[in-house]
Amino acid sequence: METKNKIRVLIAKPGLDGHDKGAKIVCLALRDAGFEVIYSGLHQSLDQIIRTATQEAVDVIGLSIMSGAHLPISEKLIAMMNKNGLGDIKLTVGGVIPNRDIPTLKEMGVAQVFPGGTSFDKITTGMKLLFK
Amino acid sequence: MLKIDDIRSGSHLAGARLIRLIEDNEPSAIELLKSLYANTGKAFIIGITGSPGVGKSTLIDALIFQFRELSKKVAVIAVDPTSPYTGGAILGDRLRMQRHATDPDVFIRSMASRGQTGGLSRAAKDATTVLDAMGFDIIIIETVGAGQAQFDIASLAHCVGIVSIPSSGDGIQAVKAGILETGDIFIVNKSDTPDADLSFIELCGMLEMRQSREFLRTLPPGLPPKTDNGHPTWQPKVLKTIAQDGTGIKELTHTFLSYLDFMKKNNLLKSKQKTQEKLYFKTLLKDLILEKINGFMDESKYVETALNDIQLNITDPISAAQHVVNKTIGHKIKE
Ligand SMILES: Nc1nc2c(ncn2[C@@H]2O[C@H](COP(=O)(O)OP(=O)(O)OP(=O)(O)O)[C@@H](O)[C@H]2O)c(=O)[nH]1
Ligand SMILES: [Mg+2]
Repeated sequence: METKNKIRVLIAKPGLDGHDKGAKIVCLALRDAGFEVIYSGLHQSLDQIIRTATQEAVDVIGLSIMSGAHLPISEKLIAMMNKNGLGDIKLTVGGVIPNRDIPTLKEMGVAQVFPGGTSFDKITTGMKLLFK
Repeated sequence: MLKIDDIRSGSHLAGARLIRLIEDNEPSAIELLKSLYANTGKAFIIGITGSPGVGKSTLIDALIFQFRELSKKVAVIAVDPTSPYTGGAILGDRLRMQRHATDPDVFIRSMASRGQTGGLSRAAKDATTVLDAMGFDIIIIETVGAGQAQFDIASLAHCVGIVSIPSSGDGIQAVKAGILETGDIFIVNKSDTPDADLSFIELCGMLEMRQSREFLRTLPPGLPPKTDNGHPTWQPKVLKTIAQDGTGIKELTHTFLSYLDFMKKNNLLKSKQKTQEKLYFKTLLKDLILEKINGFMDESKYVETALNDIQLNITDPISAAQHVVNKTIGHKIKE
Protein backbone atom coordinates (compact mmCIF):
# COMPACT_ATOMS: atom_id res chain seq x y z
CA MET A 1 0.00 0.00 0.00
CA GLU A 2 1.15 3.48 -0.89
CA THR A 3 2.20 5.43 2.15
CA LYS A 4 3.87 8.49 0.69
CA ASN A 5 2.34 11.70 -0.55
CA LYS A 6 -0.85 11.41 1.43
CA ILE A 7 -2.53 14.77 1.79
CA ARG A 8 -3.77 15.58 5.28
CA VAL A 9 -6.53 18.14 5.46
CA LEU A 10 -8.27 19.82 8.39
CA ILE A 11 -11.87 20.79 7.74
CA ALA A 12 -12.95 23.43 10.23
CA LYS A 13 -16.00 25.57 10.82
CA PRO A 14 -15.08 28.78 12.58
CA GLY A 15 -17.56 30.94 14.41
CA LEU A 16 -21.21 30.51 15.06
CA ASP A 17 -22.48 28.71 11.97
CA GLY A 18 -25.42 26.56 12.95
CA HIS A 19 -24.96 23.29 11.12
CA ASP A 20 -22.26 21.23 9.50
CA LYS A 21 -24.02 18.88 7.11
CA GLY A 22 -22.24 20.39 4.11
CA ALA A 23 -18.81 20.24 5.78
CA LYS A 24 -19.33 16.59 6.72
CA ILE A 25 -20.25 15.66 3.17
CA VAL A 26 -17.14 17.44 1.90
CA CYS A 27 -15.13 15.34 4.40
CA LEU A 28 -16.55 12.16 2.88
CA ALA A 29 -15.83 13.34 -0.67
CA LEU A 30 -12.24 14.12 0.30
CA ARG A 31 -11.81 10.72 1.93
CA ASP A 32 -13.09 9.06 -1.22
CA ALA A 33 -10.54 11.07 -3.17
CA GLY A 34 -7.75 9.60 -0.99
CA PHE A 35 -7.26 12.39 1.54
CA GLU A 36 -6.76 11.92 5.26
CA VAL A 37 -9.43 14.16 6.68
CA ILE A 38 -9.53 15.59 10.18
CA TYR A 39 -12.84 17.12 11.11
CA SER A 40 -12.81 19.31 14.19
CA GLY A 41 -16.49 20.14 14.52
CA LEU A 42 -18.60 23.24 14.85
CA HIS A 43 -17.86 26.56 16.52
CA GLN A 44 -14.09 26.44 16.29
CA SER A 45 -12.13 29.41 17.54
CA LEU A 46 -9.20 30.49 15.38
CA ASP A 47 -6.90 29.46 18.22
CA GLN A 48 -8.39 25.96 18.17
CA ILE A 49 -7.95 25.78 14.40
CA ILE A 50 -4.31 26.86 14.62
CA ARG A 51 -3.47 24.39 17.37
CA THR A 52 -5.32 21.56 15.68
CA ALA A 53 -3.54 22.21 12.39
CA THR A 54 -0.24 22.26 14.28
CA GLN A 55 -0.76 19.01 16.19
CA GLU A 56 -2.23 17.19 13.22
CA ALA A 57 0.55 18.36 10.87
CA VAL A 58 -1.90 18.98 8.06
CA ASP A 59 -1.01 20.16 4.56
CA VAL A 60 -4.13 22.20 4.09
CA ILE A 61 -6.82 23.87 6.20
CA GLY A 62 -10.27 23.99 4.59
CA LEU A 63 -12.54 26.56 6.21
CA SER A 64 -16.27 26.38 5.75
CA ILE A 65 -17.89 29.76 6.41
CA MET A 66 -21.56 30.55 6.02
CA SER A 67 -21.78 33.61 8.22
CA GLY A 68 -20.52 36.22 5.77
CA ALA A 69 -17.45 36.89 7.91
CA HIS A 70 -15.05 35.13 5.49
CA LEU A 71 -12.92 38.23 4.86
CA PRO A 72 -11.98 39.15 8.45
CA ILE A 73 -11.73 35.45 9.48
CA SER A 74 -9.39 34.56 6.62
CA GLU A 75 -7.23 37.61 7.17
CA LYS A 76 -6.87 36.93 10.87
CA LEU A 77 -6.23 33.21 10.41
CA ILE A 78 -3.51 33.82 7.80
CA ALA A 79 -1.78 36.23 10.18
CA MET A 80 -1.98 33.63 12.96
CA MET A 81 -0.70 30.87 10.68
CA ASN A 82 2.33 32.94 9.78
CA LYS A 83 2.97 33.81 13.41
CA ASN A 84 2.74 30.16 14.50
CA GLY A 85 5.10 28.69 11.94
CA LEU A 86 2.31 27.39 9.71
CA GLY A 87 3.04 29.69 6.79
CA ASP A 88 3.66 26.72 4.51
CA ILE A 89 0.18 25.27 5.06
CA LYS A 90 -2.38 26.02 2.35
CA LEU A 91 -5.68 27.63 3.19
CA THR A 92 -8.90 27.13 1.27
CA VAL A 93 -12.22 28.79 1.97
CA GLY A 94 -15.66 27.47 1.07
CA GLY A 95 -19.22 28.32 1.91
CA VAL A 96 -21.32 31.38 1.19
CA ILE A 97 -18.75 33.51 -0.65
CA PRO A 98 -19.88 36.23 -3.08
CA ASN A 99 -17.90 36.23 -6.34
CA ARG A 100 -16.69 39.79 -5.77
CA ASP A 101 -14.79 38.69 -2.66
CA ILE A 102 -12.79 35.97 -4.39
CA PRO A 103 -9.98 38.25 -5.67
CA THR A 104 -9.65 39.84 -2.22
CA LEU A 105 -9.34 36.41 -0.61
CA LYS A 106 -6.73 35.28 -3.13
CA GLU A 107 -4.74 38.45 -2.58
CA MET A 108 -4.70 37.73 1.15
CA GLY A 109 -3.13 34.36 0.42
CA VAL A 110 -6.12 32.03 0.29
CA ALA A 111 -5.04 29.31 -2.11
CA GLN A 112 -8.46 28.25 -3.36
CA VAL A 113 -11.99 29.51 -2.94
CA PHE A 114 -14.96 27.17 -3.26
CA PRO A 115 -18.16 29.22 -3.31
CA GLY A 116 -21.49 27.54 -2.49
CA GLY A 117 -22.52 25.15 -5.25
CA THR A 118 -18.98 24.13 -6.18
CA SER A 119 -19.10 20.42 -7.08
CA PHE A 120 -17.29 17.96 -4.82
CA ASP A 121 -15.24 16.97 -7.79
CA LYS A 122 -14.02 20.54 -8.21
CA ILE A 123 -13.20 20.75 -4.51
CA THR A 124 -11.19 17.54 -4.40
CA THR A 125 -9.30 18.18 -7.62
CA GLY A 126 -8.80 21.81 -6.59
CA MET A 127 -7.23 20.67 -3.34
CA LYS A 128 -5.07 18.10 -5.08
CA LEU A 129 -3.82 20.69 -7.56
CA LEU A 130 -2.31 22.64 -4.67
CA PHE A 131 0.23 19.86 -4.25
CA LYS A 132 1.15 19.18 -7.84
CA MET B 1 14.43 22.48 9.49
CA LEU B 2 13.50 20.33 12.48
CA LYS B 3 15.69 20.76 15.55
CA ILE B 4 16.06 18.00 18.04
CA ASP B 5 16.15 20.46 20.95
CA ASP B 6 12.76 21.88 19.96
CA ILE B 7 11.31 18.41 20.23
CA ARG B 8 13.01 17.72 23.55
CA SER B 9 11.65 20.99 24.91
CA GLY B 10 8.15 19.94 23.90
CA SER B 11 7.40 22.15 20.88
CA HIS B 12 4.09 20.99 19.45
CA LEU B 13 5.06 22.23 16.01
CA ALA B 14 8.37 20.37 15.93
CA GLY B 15 6.97 17.18 17.46
CA ALA B 16 4.00 17.12 15.12
CA ARG B 17 6.20 17.59 12.08
CA LEU B 18 8.52 14.80 13.12
CA ILE B 19 5.55 12.47 13.56
CA ARG B 20 4.45 13.43 10.06
CA LEU B 21 7.88 12.59 8.65
CA ILE B 22 7.75 9.24 10.43
CA GLU B 23 4.31 8.55 9.06
CA ASP B 24 5.41 9.40 5.53
CA ASN B 25 8.42 7.13 5.87
CA GLU B 26 10.87 9.99 5.28
CA PRO B 27 14.48 8.93 5.81
CA SER B 28 15.26 12.18 7.68
CA ALA B 29 12.97 11.05 10.50
CA ILE B 30 15.23 8.10 11.32
CA GLU B 31 18.21 10.19 12.43
CA LEU B 32 16.05 12.35 14.68
CA LEU B 33 14.36 9.31 16.19
CA LYS B 34 17.72 7.78 16.97
CA SER B 35 18.82 10.73 19.03
CA LEU B 36 15.48 10.98 20.82
CA TYR B 37 15.64 7.43 22.04
CA ALA B 38 17.77 8.36 25.04
CA ASN B 39 15.08 10.79 26.22
CA THR B 40 12.32 8.21 26.42
CA GLY B 41 11.02 5.76 29.00
CA LYS B 42 9.33 8.25 31.28
CA ALA B 43 5.80 8.31 29.88
CA PHE B 44 3.01 5.99 31.01
CA ILE B 45 1.43 4.54 27.87
CA ILE B 46 -2.23 3.59 28.06
CA GLY B 47 -4.05 1.71 25.31
CA ILE B 48 -7.79 2.14 24.88
CA THR B 49 -9.34 -0.39 22.59
CA GLY B 50 -12.77 -1.78 21.79
CA SER B 51 -15.30 -2.18 19.02
CA PRO B 52 -16.39 0.79 16.90
CA GLY B 53 -18.72 3.20 18.64
CA VAL B 54 -18.38 1.94 22.22
CA GLY B 55 -17.28 5.40 23.34
CA LYS B 56 -13.48 5.20 23.31
CA SER B 57 -12.93 8.79 22.17
CA THR B 58 -15.51 10.19 24.56
CA LEU B 59 -13.89 8.20 27.35
CA ILE B 60 -10.44 9.53 26.46
CA ASP B 61 -11.81 13.06 26.45
CA ALA B 62 -13.01 12.51 30.01
CA LEU B 63 -9.71 10.87 30.99
CA ILE B 64 -7.73 13.84 29.66
CA PHE B 65 -9.83 16.05 31.88
CA GLN B 66 -9.05 13.97 34.98
CA PHE B 67 -5.35 13.66 34.23
CA ARG B 68 -5.17 17.42 33.71
CA GLU B 69 -6.77 17.88 37.15
CA LEU B 70 -3.74 15.98 38.44
CA SER B 71 -1.47 18.30 36.40
CA LYS B 72 -0.29 15.51 34.11
CA LYS B 73 0.68 16.38 30.57
CA VAL B 74 -1.33 14.22 28.21
CA ALA B 75 -0.83 13.17 24.60
CA VAL B 76 -3.25 11.11 22.52
CA ILE B 77 -2.71 9.08 19.39
CA ALA B 78 -6.05 8.17 17.86
CA VAL B 79 -5.87 5.60 15.09
CA ASP B 80 -8.67 5.23 12.55
CA PRO B 81 -8.78 2.82 9.63
CA THR B 82 -7.63 3.79 6.16
CA SER B 83 -10.15 2.91 3.47
CA PRO B 84 -8.65 0.01 1.54
CA TYR B 85 -10.40 1.21 -1.62
CA THR B 86 -9.41 4.86 -1.77
CA GLY B 87 -6.48 5.12 0.63
CA GLY B 88 -8.32 7.96 2.32
CA ALA B 89 -9.52 8.18 5.91
CA ILE B 90 -11.87 10.16 8.08
CA LEU B 91 -10.13 10.84 11.34
CA GLY B 92 -13.05 11.61 13.59
CA ASP B 93 -11.83 10.76 17.09
CA ARG B 94 -10.47 14.20 17.74
CA LEU B 95 -13.93 15.73 17.39
CA ARG B 96 -14.84 14.33 20.83
CA MET B 97 -11.75 15.77 22.51
CA GLN B 98 -11.69 19.16 20.87
CA ARG B 99 -12.36 21.10 24.08
CA HIS B 100 -8.75 20.29 25.02
CA ALA B 101 -7.33 21.65 21.76
CA THR B 102 -6.12 24.90 23.27
CA ASP B 103 -4.57 23.39 26.38
CA PRO B 104 -0.79 23.69 25.83
CA ASP B 105 -0.22 20.54 27.89
CA VAL B 106 -2.47 18.39 25.75
CA PHE B 107 -1.45 17.09 22.34
CA ILE B 108 -3.86 15.13 20.18
CA ARG B 109 -2.76 13.44 16.98
CA SER B 110 -5.06 11.52 14.66
CA MET B 111 -3.45 8.80 12.63
CA ALA B 112 -4.72 6.74 9.73
CA SER B 113 -3.78 3.08 9.92
CA ARG B 114 -2.50 3.24 6.32
CA GLY B 115 -0.95 -0.11 5.46
CA GLN B 116 -1.98 -1.72 8.75
CA THR B 117 -5.71 -2.29 8.32
CA GLY B 118 -7.37 -1.27 11.55
CA GLY B 119 -4.24 -1.76 13.57
CA LEU B 120 -1.04 -0.20 14.71
CA SER B 121 1.96 0.39 12.54
CA ARG B 122 5.54 1.06 13.45
CA ALA B 123 4.66 4.72 12.88
CA ALA B 124 2.34 4.61 15.89
CA LYS B 125 5.09 3.13 18.02
CA ASP B 126 7.62 5.70 16.79
CA ALA B 127 5.12 8.48 17.45
CA THR B 128 4.98 7.43 21.11
CA THR B 129 8.77 7.74 21.18
CA VAL B 130 8.47 11.35 20.00
CA LEU B 131 5.70 12.19 22.47
CA ASP B 132 7.62 10.55 25.30
CA ALA B 133 10.71 12.59 24.45
CA MET B 134 8.54 15.73 24.29
CA GLY B 135 7.85 15.24 27.98
CA PHE B 136 4.27 14.00 28.12
CA ASP B 137 3.50 12.12 31.34
CA ILE B 138 0.65 10.12 29.87
CA ILE B 139 0.26 8.86 26.30
CA ILE B 140 -3.13 7.40 25.41
CA ILE B 141 -3.52 5.35 22.24
CA GLU B 142 -6.99 4.78 20.82
CA THR B 143 -7.47 1.92 18.41
CA VAL B 144 -10.18 -0.38 17.17
CA GLY B 145 -8.55 -3.56 18.28
CA ALA B 146 -9.21 -5.68 15.22
CA GLY B 147 -7.31 -6.61 12.12
CA GLN B 148 -3.81 -7.48 11.10
CA ALA B 149 -1.15 -5.18 12.42
CA GLN B 150 2.55 -5.00 13.12
CA PHE B 151 1.81 -4.27 16.75
CA ASP B 152 -1.19 -5.14 18.81
CA ILE B 153 -2.02 -2.66 21.51
CA ALA B 154 -0.66 -4.90 24.26
CA SER B 155 2.81 -4.81 22.76
CA LEU B 156 2.82 -1.03 22.67
CA ALA B 157 0.95 0.11 25.77
CA HIS B 158 1.97 -0.44 29.39
CA CYS B 159 -1.65 -0.84 30.34
CA VAL B 160 -4.55 -1.90 28.13
CA GLY B 161 -8.08 -0.74 28.82
CA ILE B 162 -10.73 -2.68 26.95
CA VAL B 163 -13.98 -0.85 26.41
CA SER B 164 -17.26 -2.66 25.89
CA ILE B 165 -20.89 -1.67 26.20
CA PRO B 166 -23.81 -3.33 27.97
CA SER B 167 -25.45 -6.09 26.01
CA SER B 168 -26.06 -9.63 26.95
CA GLY B 169 -23.54 -11.84 25.24
CA ASP B 170 -20.98 -9.13 24.63
CA GLY B 171 -18.66 -10.75 27.13
CA ILE B 172 -18.72 -13.95 25.15
CA GLN B 173 -17.54 -12.02 22.11
CA ALA B 174 -14.71 -10.59 24.13
CA VAL B 175 -13.44 -14.08 24.79
CA LYS B 176 -13.83 -15.08 21.19
CA ALA B 177 -11.63 -12.24 20.05
CA GLY B 178 -9.07 -13.32 22.63
CA ILE B 179 -8.99 -9.90 24.22
CA LEU B 180 -9.81 -11.11 27.67
CA GLU B 181 -6.19 -12.18 27.95
CA THR B 182 -4.69 -8.85 26.91
CA GLY B 183 -6.80 -6.49 29.02
CA ASP B 184 -5.57 -5.02 32.30
CA ILE B 185 -8.64 -2.89 32.96
CA PHE B 186 -12.10 -3.62 31.60
CA ILE B 187 -14.49 -0.76 31.10
CA VAL B 188 -18.22 -1.19 30.68
CA ASN B 189 -19.08 2.17 29.13
CA LYS B 190 -22.57 3.52 28.40
CA SER B 191 -23.64 2.04 31.70
CA ASP B 192 -26.58 4.42 31.54
CA THR B 193 -28.10 1.95 29.08
CA PRO B 194 -29.97 -1.31 29.95
CA ASP B 195 -28.12 -4.47 31.02
CA ALA B 196 -25.12 -2.57 32.40
CA ASP B 197 -25.09 -4.52 35.67
CA LEU B 198 -25.57 -7.77 33.88
CA SER B 199 -22.61 -7.11 31.58
CA PHE B 200 -20.53 -5.99 34.52
CA ILE B 201 -21.22 -9.19 36.41
CA GLU B 202 -20.68 -11.29 33.31
CA LEU B 203 -17.28 -9.72 32.70
CA CYS B 204 -16.28 -10.14 36.34
CA GLY B 205 -17.19 -13.81 36.10
CA MET B 206 -15.13 -14.34 32.99
CA LEU B 207 -12.15 -12.62 34.51
CA GLU B 208 -12.45 -14.79 37.58
CA MET B 209 -12.24 -17.79 35.32
CA ARG B 210 -9.21 -16.33 33.63
CA GLN B 211 -7.63 -15.78 37.01
CA SER B 212 -8.33 -19.22 38.32
CA ARG B 213 -6.75 -20.64 35.17
CA GLU B 214 -3.67 -18.56 35.88
CA PHE B 215 -3.90 -19.41 39.55
CA LEU B 216 -3.91 -23.12 38.88
CA ARG B 217 -0.71 -22.77 36.95
CA THR B 218 1.06 -21.32 39.96
CA LEU B 219 2.21 -23.44 42.86
CA PRO B 220 2.00 -23.81 45.79
CA PRO B 221 -1.74 -23.24 46.05
CA GLY B 222 -3.19 -20.91 48.63
CA LEU B 223 -0.81 -18.06 47.91
CA PRO B 224 -1.55 -15.05 45.72
CA PRO B 225 -0.90 -15.81 42.05
CA LYS B 226 2.72 -15.39 41.07
CA THR B 227 4.44 -14.98 37.77
CA ASP B 228 7.41 -17.08 36.77
CA ASN B 229 9.91 -14.76 38.40
CA GLY B 230 8.07 -14.82 41.70
CA HIS B 231 6.34 -11.44 41.56
CA PRO B 232 2.66 -10.93 42.20
CA THR B 233 0.56 -10.26 39.12
CA TRP B 234 -1.91 -7.46 38.49
CA GLN B 235 -5.49 -8.51 39.05
CA PRO B 236 -7.60 -7.16 36.17
CA LYS B 237 -10.28 -4.72 37.23
CA VAL B 238 -13.77 -4.11 35.87
CA LEU B 239 -15.33 -0.64 36.02
CA LYS B 240 -18.58 0.89 34.89
CA THR B 241 -18.52 4.32 33.25
CA ILE B 242 -20.71 6.86 31.52
CA ALA B 243 -18.14 8.66 29.41
CA GLN B 244 -20.58 11.36 28.33
CA ASP B 245 -21.20 12.79 31.80
CA GLY B 246 -17.99 11.65 33.46
CA THR B 247 -19.51 9.06 35.79
CA GLY B 248 -16.87 6.60 36.93
CA ILE B 249 -14.01 8.37 35.17
CA LYS B 250 -12.31 9.49 38.36
CA GLU B 251 -12.19 5.89 39.58
CA LEU B 252 -10.94 4.80 36.17
CA THR B 253 -8.18 7.39 36.26
CA HIS B 254 -7.07 6.19 39.67
CA THR B 255 -7.22 2.59 38.56
CA PHE B 256 -4.85 3.38 35.70
CA LEU B 257 -2.50 5.14 38.10
CA SER B 258 -2.67 2.35 40.66
CA TYR B 259 -1.79 -0.09 37.89
CA LEU B 260 1.30 1.97 37.16
CA ASP B 261 2.21 2.02 40.86
CA PHE B 262 1.73 -1.71 41.14
CA MET B 263 3.83 -2.45 38.07
CA LYS B 264 6.61 -0.18 39.25
CA LYS B 265 6.62 -1.43 42.83
CA ASN B 266 6.88 -5.03 41.71
CA ASN B 267 9.47 -4.33 39.06
CA LEU B 268 7.04 -5.52 36.40
CA LEU B 269 7.07 -2.39 34.29
CA LYS B 270 10.74 -2.81 33.51
CA SER B 271 10.31 -6.37 32.35
CA LYS B 272 7.27 -5.45 30.30
CA GLN B 273 9.22 -2.67 28.63
CA LYS B 274 12.04 -5.08 27.89
CA THR B 275 9.71 -7.52 26.18
CA GLN B 276 8.16 -4.73 24.15
CA GLU B 277 11.57 -3.39 23.19
CA LYS B 278 12.54 -6.80 21.91
CA LEU B 279 9.47 -6.94 19.71
CA TYR B 280 10.15 -3.44 18.40
CA PHE B 281 13.71 -4.38 17.58
CA LYS B 282 12.61 -7.48 15.70
CA THR B 283 10.01 -5.52 13.75
CA LEU B 284 12.62 -2.94 12.85
CA LEU B 285 14.98 -5.65 11.77
CA LYS B 286 12.35 -7.18 9.51
CA ASP B 287 11.50 -3.79 8.04
CA LEU B 288 15.11 -2.93 7.34
CA ILE B 289 15.83 -6.29 5.78
CA LEU B 290 12.70 -6.02 3.67
CA GLU B 291 13.72 -2.56 2.50
CA LYS B 292 17.08 -3.91 1.40
CA ILE B 293 15.47 -6.84 -0.35
CA ASN B 294 12.99 -4.62 -2.17
CA GLY B 295 15.86 -2.47 -3.39
CA PHE B 296 17.69 -5.60 -4.46
CA MET B 297 14.71 -6.93 -6.38
CA ASP B 298 14.49 -3.68 -8.31
CA GLU B 299 18.13 -3.70 -9.31
CA SER B 300 19.65 -7.17 -9.25
CA LYS B 301 20.74 -8.76 -12.49
CA TYR B 302 20.03 -12.19 -10.96
CA VAL B 303 16.38 -11.27 -10.65
CA GLU B 304 16.25 -10.01 -14.20
CA THR B 305 17.87 -13.16 -15.59
CA ALA B 306 15.57 -15.35 -13.53
CA LEU B 307 12.48 -13.53 -14.81
CA ASN B 308 13.73 -13.99 -18.34
CA ASP B 309 14.35 -17.68 -17.82
CA ILE B 310 10.85 -18.16 -16.44
CA GLN B 311 9.35 -16.41 -19.41
CA LEU B 312 11.37 -18.55 -21.84
CA ASN B 313 10.28 -21.68 -19.97
CA ILE B 314 13.89 -22.51 -19.18
CA THR B 315 12.97 -22.89 -15.53
CA ASP B 316 9.97 -22.83 -13.22
CA PRO B 317 9.30 -19.90 -10.86
CA ILE B 318 10.05 -21.88 -7.70
CA SER B 319 13.47 -23.08 -8.83
CA ALA B 320 14.26 -19.64 -10.18
CA ALA B 321 13.46 -17.97 -6.88
CA GLN B 322 15.47 -20.56 -4.92
CA HIS B 323 18.38 -20.05 -7.28
CA VAL B 324 18.40 -16.28 -6.79
CA VAL B 325 18.22 -16.63 -3.01
CA ASN B 326 21.07 -19.17 -2.94
CA LYS B 327 23.22 -17.06 -5.25
CA THR B 328 22.78 -13.92 -3.19
CA ILE B 329 21.81 -13.96 0.47
CA GLY B 330 21.08 -17.64 1.06
CA HIS B 331 24.51 -18.60 2.35
CA LYS B 332 24.79 -15.50 4.50
CA ILE B 333 21.61 -16.30 6.37
CA LYS B 334 22.67 -19.89 7.04
CA GLU B 335 25.88 -18.81 8.71
N1 LIG C 1 -25.48 6.74 26.29
C1 LIG C 1 -24.16 6.90 26.21
N2 LIG C 1 -23.59 7.25 25.05
C2 LIG C 1 -22.24 7.40 24.99
C3 LIG C 1 -21.42 7.20 26.13
N3 LIG C 1 -20.14 7.41 25.78
C4 LIG C 1 -20.14 7.72 24.47
N4 LIG C 1 -21.41 7.73 23.99
C5 LIG C 1 -21.84 8.03 22.60
O1 LIG C 1 -21.45 6.96 21.76
C6 LIG C 1 -21.14 7.46 20.46
C7 LIG C 1 -19.77 6.98 20.03
O2 LIG C 1 -18.80 7.56 20.86
P1 LIG C 1 -17.26 7.65 20.47
O3 LIG C 1 -16.53 8.19 21.65
O4 LIG C 1 -17.08 8.33 19.18
O5 LIG C 1 -16.95 6.10 20.28
P2 LIG C 1 -15.60 5.41 19.73
O6 LIG C 1 -15.52 4.09 20.40
O7 LIG C 1 -14.46 6.34 19.89
O8 LIG C 1 -15.98 5.25 18.19
P3 LIG C 1 -14.96 4.89 17.00
O9 LIG C 1 -13.74 5.70 17.18
O10 LIG C 1 -15.73 5.26 15.78
O11 LIG C 1 -14.71 3.42 17.10
C8 LIG C 1 -21.25 8.96 20.55
O12 LIG C 1 -22.49 9.37 20.05
C9 LIG C 1 -21.14 9.24 22.03
O13 LIG C 1 -21.78 10.43 22.38
C10 LIG C 1 -22.06 6.84 27.37
O14 LIG C 1 -21.43 6.62 28.41
N5 LIG C 1 -23.41 6.69 27.35
MG1 LIG D 1 -13.15 7.06 18.43
